Amino acid sequence: MLELIKQPWPWYVAGALIGLTVPFLLLVGNKTFGISSSLRHLCAACIPGDVKFFKYDWRKEAWNLFFVGGIALGAFIAANYLSNPDPVQLAAPTAEYLASKGITDTAALQPSEIFSWDQLFTLRGLIFFVIGGFMVGFGTRYAGGCTSGHAIMGLSSLQWPSLVATVMFMIGGFVMTWFILPSLLTL
Amino acid sequence: MESAFQQAPTTADLQQRELDAMCVNESVLKHPWWYNLKYSAWGILFGIVFVKAEIVSWFRIQEMFRFESFHMYGVIGTAVMVGLISVLIIKRTKAKTVYGEEIHIPSKTFNKGQIYGALIFGLGWAITGACPGPLFAQIGAGYGVILVTFLSAVAGTWVYGRFREQLPH
Repeated sequence: MLELIKQPWPWYVAGALIGLTVPFLLLVGNKTFGISSSLRHLCAACIPGDVKFFKYDWRKEAWNLFFVGGIALGAFIAANYLSNPDPVQLAAPTAEYLASKGITDTAALQPSEIFSWDQLFTLRGLIFFVIGGFMVGFGTRYAGGCTSGHAIMGLSSLQWPSLVATVMFMIGGFVMTWFILPSLLTL
Repeated sequence: MESAFQQAPTTADLQQRELDAMCVNESVLKHPWWYNLKYSAWGILFGIVFVKAEIVSWFRIQEMFRFESFHMYGVIGTAVMVGLISVLIIKRTKAKTVYGEEIHIPSKTFNKGQIYGALIFGLGWAITGACPGPLFAQIGAGYGVILVTFLSAVAGTWVYGRFREQLPH
């Protein structure tokens, strides 16, 4: 059994468990699924400044922070006790493409050529950590949700604005991957 | 007893929290803080799934956007189908929460942020290989440098809040 758990999990198992978050949150606490809001609650709790958008009783949304805290803890457990030593089974064309851009280390979930401390103070680090992260935080809040709030919760409850947002997420991702990232990877 | 389960009154604070967010529900029930631990428990399961299905991997996001693997499409597609069926069942059976409250899913109103903001997020998603959930998971899984990405994401959220009124919606 443990051997089975240690293998990478197939998409249908992961998808089903993620999908079940929707009824879990609704049935247990009348909550709608969404993760990016946690970033807003953190702002409201720690650095509200004089911004109206962050002036609310964040304690009423504390469940969201408990949830994301759990995610970090779960990831720690999986990475330390349930992982398998094999490299990421990357699709051959992707591996070939990334290798042509100098990214060959598939031993971990993140390529060490980009996501390591010694990259932090390089131009690449600035783009991949600082600017990329900023776009994720700014964009999700501007859009009113991320993959969980729009693509999963929003589509599950048949909200067409969430379909618009999901389509735009994908368009942004395609534009970056196909037209911009190829030059960023070789910086 | 019954009055405790009525729909919560809409307060100014609730309206404020509801701005551009889907995951807000007002409950009249007052619970001690440790009731929130059940969300942590589900979060732990969620984090394990994120890592075990390699959803938090930058490589998997690359594969997805390059159309070279079905994996992520399978994950998101299955999640939406399971969520959709669950919501249908909850609505059809008028299921209540475990505390007997009526389940309410707020409806989302369209604004231009779902175009501009979503596009900006999409661009950032392909760079970082992470949406907000996986950011927490990557940090937990031991990729310490993602703390920088995370703090930048918090900063981005803050800057959005600061300039919200000036942005087209």
